[in-house]
This record gives sequence, structure tokens and C-alpha cells, in this order.
Amino acid sequence: MTGAVLSALLGHWRRNPLQLFTLLAGLALGTALWSGVQAINAEARASYDAAAATLGEGSYGQIVARDGGEIGQETYVALRRGGWLVSPVVEGRLGPVRIIGIEPLTAPRGVGPLGLGEQADLGAFLTGEGQIFGRADTLAQLAETGARLVDAPDVAPATAIMDIGLAQRLLGREGRIDRLILAPDQPLSRPALSTLAPDLVEAARQDGGDVARLTDSFHLNLTAFGLLSFVVGLFIVHGAIGLAFEQRRPMVRTLRALGVPLRRLIALMALELVGLGLVAGLAGVALGYAVAAALLPDVAATLRGLYGADVSGQLTLRPAWWLSGLAIAMGGTAVASAGALLSLARMPLLASAHPRAWAMARGGVRLAVLAVALLALAGGLALWGRGLLAGFAMLAALLVGGALVLPPLLGQALRVAEGRATGVLAQWFWADTRQQIPGLSLSLMALLLAMTANVGVSTMVSSFRLTFTGFLDQRLASELYVSASDAAQAADIVAVAGAGVKAILPILSVEAKAASQPVEVYGARDHATYRDNWQLLRSFPDVWDRLAQGEGVLVNEQLYRRGGVDLGALVAVSPRLTLPVLGIYGDYGNPLGQVIVNEAVFAGQFPDVVALRFGLRVDPSEVAALRKTLRDQAGVPESAMVDQAAIKALSLSVFERTFTVTTALNVLTLAVAGFAMLMSLLTLATMRLPQLAPVWALGLTRRKLALLDLVRAVVLAALTGALALPLGLALAWALLAVVNVEAFGWRLPMYLFPLDYLRLGGLALLAAALAALWPAWRLSQMPPVQLLGVFRNER
Amino acid sequence: MNVKLALAVLLLLPLQAAAQGFAGLGTDAEGFTTPDPATVLEFPADHGAHPDYRIEWWYLTANMTGPDGTDYGLQWTLFRSALAPRDGYGWDTPQLWMGHAAITTPDAHFVAERLARGGIGQAGVTATPFAAWIDDWTMQGDDFDTLRLTASGPDFAYDVGLTVAGPLVLHGQNGYSVKSAAGQASHYYSQPSFKLTGTLTLPQGEVVVTGSAWLDREWSSQPLGADQTGWDWFSLSFDSGDKMMGFVLRGAKDYTSATWIGADGRTEALPDGAFTATPLLEHRVAGRTLPVEWRVQLPAKGVDVTVAALNRDAWMATSVPYWEGPVTVSGSHAGRGYLEMTGYDD
Repeated sequence: MTGAVLSALLGHWRRNPLQLFTLLAGLALGTALWSGVQAINAEARASYDAAAATLGEGSYGQIVARDGGEIGQETYVALRRGGWLVSPVVEGRLGPVRIIGIEPLTAPRGVGPLGLGEQADLGAFLTGEGQIFGRADTLAQLAETGARLVDAPDVAPATAIMDIGLAQRLLGREGRIDRLILAPDQPLSRPALSTLAPDLVEAARQDGGDVARLTDSFHLNLTAFGLLSFVVGLFIVHGAIGLAFEQRRPMVRTLRALGVPLRRLIALMALELVGLGLVAGLAGVALGYAVAAALLPDVAATLRGLYGADVSGQLTLRPAWWLSGLAIAMGGTAVASAGALLSLARMPLLASAHPRAWAMARGGVRLAVLAVALLALAGGLALWGRGLLAGFAMLAALLVGGALVLPPLLGQALRVAEGRATGVLAQWFWADTRQQIPGLSLSLMALLLAMTANVGVSTMVSSFRLTFTGFLDQRLASELYVSASDAAQAADIVAVAGAGVKAILPILSVEAKAASQPVEVYGARDHATYRDNWQLLRSFPDVWDRLAQGEGVLVNEQLYRRGGVDLGALVAVSPRLTLPVLGIYGDYGNPLGQVIVNEAVFAGQFPDVVALRFGLRVDPSEVAALRKTLRDQAGVPESAMVDQAAIKALSLSVFERTFTVTTALNVLTLAVAGFAMLMSLLTLATMRLPQLAPVWALGLTRRKLALLDLVRAVVLAALTGALALPLGLALAWALLAVVNVEAFGWRLPMYLFPLDYLRLGGLALLAAALAALWPAWRLSQMPPVQLLGVFRNER
Repeated sequence: MNVKLALAVLLLLPLQAAAQGFAGLGTDAEGFTTPDPATVLEFPADHGAHPDYRIEWWYLTANMTGPDGTDYGLQWTLFRSALAPRDGYGWDTPQLWMGHAAITTPDAHFVAERLARGGIGQAGVTATPFAAWIDDWTMQGDDFDTLRLTASGPDFAYDVGLTVAGPLVLHGQNGYSVKSAAGQASHYYSQPSFKLTGTLTLPQGEVVVTGSAWLDREWSSQPLGADQTGWDWFSLSFDSGDKMMGFVLRGAKDYTSATWIGADGRTEALPDGAFTATPLLEHRVAGRTLPVEWRVQLPAKGVDVTVAALNRDAWMATSVPYWEGPVTVSGSHAGRGYLEMTGYDD
């Protein structure tokens, strides 16, 4: 019996291949975007973890120089001889590759590549030409050093690990160390760090690493996109399953009348859904892999540019990811079909097999109340909420509330239009449109969410770009930036460049703590470059004069917000000096707090710090010549000189990458929403025949009816878009003013981009029209006998 | 003897005990200087390091007593292991160092280990004035006769002074000590007569101790035969004032050697077979079974004693693990000493 029932059930899909396709495609598309985004996030997190694990950053404390500079090797030996169990690390870059030198004998367990595999051979690692561990693509980027290259997939991307001796040699930093890893078990007693090495400080252990924290909001953005697409996909699936079950009611009644137990029938239908979910899930995961593989290089470039986080550009297939993709597809199927199965279970044996109930029975009032409550909650959170979590709760309330409020608003708008309509045809058009709202509401909500996300995210990204490029223009006022390797070279640079440039601006900085935040203290020379170019967010009058007199400091927005230091508040520049805040400046693209003091004040507080970086003011046409002079006469390598144009180009290319990712995700969500609409319209098309047939019989041609259908879809999309715009702007505001401030510590001004919105609106209308085109064309081509049949079969 | 351990090389090379002896000590001496019976040891120069030999150690063990009569044992060891037969400056040097320190009480055993590269000053040995160090662990003095010894671990520390009370002892033939029938050998001498006073720091608090210490010095390039898998080594100080050192190298055929040190300071090297050690009682520690009570016989000197561990769980859970702890002696002679057992696989 089971076989016969199953074949009867499956027969439905054979007769309705389009429905089957809708179901599978909806689920697969939703799963694809969700799992694609998850794959990208998983890859990035794995990269951060690998980086942290390689360096023991997450597991062990660190000791660093108080001024953030390097540590002499003799200091390391002095600490060891004093009983401190520390292990030295030297770091640097050779072109695109991050070089890390470790000392394997003293490194705590789990640090470095030894133990990564069978290839570890201490003798080969330490002596002779040495060994370099890294991923194959990283090793390929290294110049020939004579060292044996060892392919180690566990090493973080773009990172090469080797013995400290080899690393110091390659980086040209013999005898220098960047930081010390502190072993977890220290001997019973040892002298204080301040006694042995007063210039060093213990840095707190950072769980998960800075990078993971910094990039969290970026990944949250991606996750939100993925979830949104998945929800849109579920709308489609829900529609398809609901319709299929409705249409099978007569069959179910017949089967049950023939003696099939309800329990078995439900079990078989559930089994059928599991099979479909599995197929769609697999297709979705495969598709998601393709999406992720296509986007990952751009995402990786963005992360590297924005946060300096190295993320592998290559996707690894992780079993957990496959399984979670399948699981969410199955879960989605369950959610989407629960209602249909439940109503089937409750169906009386001899109930009417009337399939019209489906499109009408969406209860409106309760949902409308819920929608208003959610929007109120969003407003409340915007006004009084604190913290990142509140920010995201607000986003969720805003989006869900906005989606739920759509059907009642549409109904209201159509009712108004109907009231104002003159002429019977117009009245019928509006009434008929309103009557279709319940059947279309899910796909319209999907369209609303897609458009809202589009408006919100593109406004945020565009605002960020506009602000950031403006900020770069102000901040990168010097034409050429030069880094010296040591004080002697710094003196050479000043001597060599001194003659030919308009000004040399030394960039002095140390790491410190202010307002209980880690900050960088900068010493700035009093020069017109700063006065002319820097725009302060807020300041006292005569701020530049007072700064030049050493009467106060400037702080960046991050420190102002996180440390709560407003204008006039006192900031401890060093343990010996506290100065008031004279001004606050915007500082984008940097997670840390900053304090700027006058050059003389800086020299008084940090006499040991010499400027190793310089901004050179020079006529733009002379930059190339100056580079050559510095290279030939001061021995400055090309890699230590960056001109303004190059920095700007680099920053902008990062944004182009971000845009590519955002645009791709926008188009994909919009496409999914358009597909949802197409499927809803196809579903409605057959069911609406009883309503259309009388109008046709009254003399309206099929062509005219089809045209009206097309217009209707566009009108509905336009009305949806009208709601999506304010909702999207609210989303953008929340991202810029709430989420960004919490995540990065800066608040970006919001810019509006009406042309973009117009284009998006046009795109949405086009999507709706395209979605409506095929059903309308089918209507225009419908044989009259089918319409007549409505009257013949009238029940 | 003390064909003690070598080193860090072995941490990462798979331990092929059967093919290469315990801890790689049976590997070829390629490129390294090999011990020569014609060599005449010269002091103080030979207290220092011999980088052209593959392995070398400064190995001190001590039996001590606290104010309440409790017995304690102490170990301070510095191993040198060369990846290549040369010295060097900076990270480039192939000389690696390993330190082991331990305190044994009747019911606890505290162990710590340190590793270091040569060439940067973190570890090393100088002959005059004498200093051997790794990190904050030191054995140093103006000369070899008065030394200060310190070490510390996460849960223990010690700081003791050593004063010489007898002459150096050269093992084997003027310090040339044969280790197998195939002729493997090492340069090996001891200072078995240090008087010790100092302080142990234990989790319970500080303990003032007095006692005696035994320092072994040995260097070689291939001290074990390929078939030799481990050894049992005894250093015993009898109440009569006599001392003896004896070891069994376990291999296809056991090889034994012993040195008798009379109370008057005269020494006598005894050949293979003169010394025997028979397990009496086995004990399970760290997943292995080891003899912790022995019958030790040296008929030529009328020695027939039972040697029993003060603490049966004196397991050195270091990179290359072994058993090392204080023992008490009873039978024909009474006294105390140290026992080392290596190469007992789990």
C-alpha cells in the first residue's frame, strides 16, 4: 500500500513540474546564499584562528616594549637569566608575506610549526639554510633564500614561519626582537619585570585576537545578508508547499476514503518533503560553494585592506559547513511545511476539497498589531538602547516590523485608490488587486526586505566611502611618506631631503594608555599642513595655537566616545603629564584611540623616541625625483616610501572590492525576491480564473486582462518600494549611527544618494514586471474554452 | 658513569630505541671528535665545554637531610648537545643546551626542564672562573672547589653551597671510560665528595638541609653501542667513607663497569662483569615497570647490599623521560646514594 500511496503523492509533482521546480529552486537559492555567506565567514575565522594559533596570541601572555618598538636580544637573555620563561618572536614583511621568526626551544607548546606534522626536524629547522613553513601559495611568493620550503596548510594565510635566526637575517634585523611570548608556568620566584627590563611591559592576553573582534561587524553584515536571503527563500518554499498541499486535498480525501490511515499519509508526505529538502539542500550547498568561491577573493582583499587581516583567498570544504547547510535546508522545509501538515492532520475526512481557502485566510489584525509593536520597539531601542546587541535587536525589530506592516498598509492604500477611482474598470482593478494581497503578501514582503537591505547597506557603504575619501584628502596632506629603519637612517633622510622639500614633518608615536584605553600618542610639528587640512569635529577657538603652545591635546573620535573624554577633559599623556582636550578629530579606518600633542611636549615626555617616519611636503611633480634621491643617497628602499597617490589608490581599491561584494549580494537578494514574486503570480494565475472569467465574459479581452495584470504587479512593486525607501534609510541610519559607533567608535555622517535609490526602484519595478510577464503572457494566450469552463464547472 | 641523556635533537627525531640506543646516544659520530684513550685530562680547562664532541653533561646529585631527619634528594643537570661539530656565535650555533632540576622527598618529586640555544648567552659553561648556567639556573664559583648551585621550577626551588672534601676521580683508564664490548667510550670523571649546605623551597615552605653531593662530568660522541637500549647507574656513598660507582648497560649482552673510591681517596677501576645488579622489586610508574629495589654486588670489595629507592615515583617527566632518585643502602655496607634508570619503554 505504501508504494501505491507514494506513487499517488509523487504523481502530483509529475503533473506540476513548475511547482516542483519552485519548491526546489526556492529552497536551493535560500540555502545557497546562506551557506555561501557562512562559508566565507568560516574561511575568514579559520584564517584568524590559524594566525592566532601560530603565534600563541590567544593562549599566552606577551611582553612588548613600552614604546611599541623593538627589544634588544640582550634584554631577552637578561630576562631568561633572571628566571622569566619567555620566548622571542621577530616579525616583519617581505613583500606580501608576513615573516615570523620563532625560537622553537623556548616557545610554549603549540606555538610555531613544530608539531604540525611529521616534517618537523629540529636540526633542519635550526641549522644550515633552515626551513620555512607556510602555505604553498605563500611560499611561492617568497624570493629564493636557500632555505627548504615546507608546505604547511595549518599556517595562517600569507604567513611564513621560520627560525628566529633566519627571520632576523631575511629582515635585516639581526639581534632585534619584536615581542616575547610568556610561558604559562613561571618559576616560583623571579625579579619584577620593571627591575630586569624597565622598558618592557606585559601585554594582556587577547582571547580570539584583535582581528576577530575588529572584523566581527563586517561578518555580521554578511550574516545578515545571508539570513535575509534565506528568509526570502523560505517565503517561496512556504508558498509552494502550501499550494501543493491545497491542490492535493482532493487526492488526500480520496486516499483516505480508500482506507489509507491518516498517520501513514502524513508520515509519507513528511518523507517526501525530507527527500525534496535533501535534494534542494545539496543543490543549495553546491551553489553556495560557487557563490562563496566567487566572492571570497574580493572579501579577502577587503578584509586585508580594511583591517590588515590576512584571509586565505581559497575556499576549503569543511564538513561542518556542508552539514549546517543541509541542516538549515531541512529546518527551513520543516518550518515552511509545518502549517500545511498540521492543517492536513486536522482535515475532516469528508471535508470539501475546496482549494480557495488558501489565498484568503491570512489573519490581518493580529499581525498588524504585532508589526506596530515591533516598530515601536525599534524606535525605543534607537532612543534608549546601548551596545552592539541592542543595535542589532533594533535592526531585527525594524526589518520584521516593516515587513509585517506591509500588507495592511498596502490594503489601506488600495482601499483609498479604490474610493477615488472613477469608472467601473478602475474600481474593479483596485478591488481585484486588494483581493490578491493575501496571496502575494509573502513575496511582496520578500521584495520589501530585499529593497530595504539594498537601500540601507548601499547608503552605509557609500557614506563610508565619501567620508573616508574626504578624510584621506585631509589627512594624507604630505606628498611622500618615508620610513627609516633606524635613527641613523632617519638623520640621513632629514639631511638628504632637507634641501629639496617644502617641509619635513616628523611622525612621532608611542603606544600608551589614556582614559583606560590603549592609545597611540603622536607628536605633531606645528605646521600649516595641519592647520590648513585637518577639519576637527569639535574644538575650542584657537585650537592650533594652543596646541602649538603645548596647552592641550587633540584626541580622535574613538577615544572621545570610548574613553568619554570631551572637550576640556583631562587626558594623561604620560604618567607625568596631564593635559586638557582642545579638539576632537575624525579618524576612520583605525580602531585605536589617538592623542596628538605638540612636538616639543612629546620630546619632553618621551625623550628616547626618535622619529622614524616622515611626511615630506614637496611639489607633486618632484615626488619621483625625491624618491630616487632618497634611495640613492640615504639608502631608503622603495618599500619604505609611499606616496600619497599610492595610499589613496590603495584605499579606494579596497572600497571598490567592498562595493563588488555588496553589489553582488544586493543583486542576488533582489533576484531571489523577484523569483518569489514570479512563483506567487504563477500560483495565483490558475486560482484567479473564477474571478477573471466573469470579467472576460463581460467583454474585457484577454490581452487587456493580461496588461492589467502586468500593471498591477508594477503598481504593487512601486507601493512596496515606497515603503522600502524610508525603511532602508532607517536601516542605514541604524548602521551608521548605532552599529558603527559601537563596533568601531566612529559615527559617520549619512549621505543620501537619490539617484541610486531611483535606479534601485527602477530595478525593482523591472523585476516585478519580469516576474509578471510570463503569467500575463499565459493569460493572454489562454484558450477561451478554459475561461468558459469556469462557468461550466461552477460548484 | 652516567651515560646520561642527550638531548633536544632527540625531542623531535623519532626515538628509534632499537636501532640507535637510548635517546639517540647510539648514533654515528660522523664529523665529531671521538674519545681517545691517549687523551690526558687537564684541569681546570676540561671543566669547560667540548663543542667538538656531540654530547656532554655536568650532572650533580645530592643526598641531604633536613632539621627533622627527613631525607631529601636533589638533581642539577646541564646537557650540551651539538647538531654539528662546531661552535658559533648568535642563533647560528649548532650547540643546544638542556637543563634538568629536581628535588625528591619521601613522598613527592618535583621536576623542571629548560632548553636553550648556545651562542646568545642564555646557556653555557666557562672553565675559569667556573660557571655552568641555563636561564636562572647556575652552578658557579671562583674555582671548581667552592660552588653555588641554584634552580627553580613552578613549584620548587633550591639554593645550596658546595665545598669540596676530596680529590677528583677519573673513571676507567685515566678518565677514558669504555661503554660497550664494541669499544664505545666517553671521557668521564667525577667529583664525588662535595659537602652541601643550603635551602630547599617546597610548596610547604623552606627547608634548611645539609648533605653530600656527587658531580659527574662526561663527554662523548657516540657513547652507546647500537644494540644498547638503556642503563642502570648507581652512585653509592657508604658510612665507612668508601664510595662506589657502577653501571649496567643493557644490550644484546649486558656490559658493566665500576669504580671503587676508597675512604683514603684511592680509586680502582673494575672491569666488565666485576659488578652485578639484580632487580628485587618492581614498581609501576608513568605507565612503565621499573625495578626500584636492587641487589648490588661487587665481590672484589666485599659489597653485597640492597639498594632501595627513597621515593619509588622519582620519575623525570622531561622531554626524554627517565627515572632518577635518591636511594638508601643496607646489607654488607650501609649508606645512601643515587640511582638512574633509562630506556624502560612503556
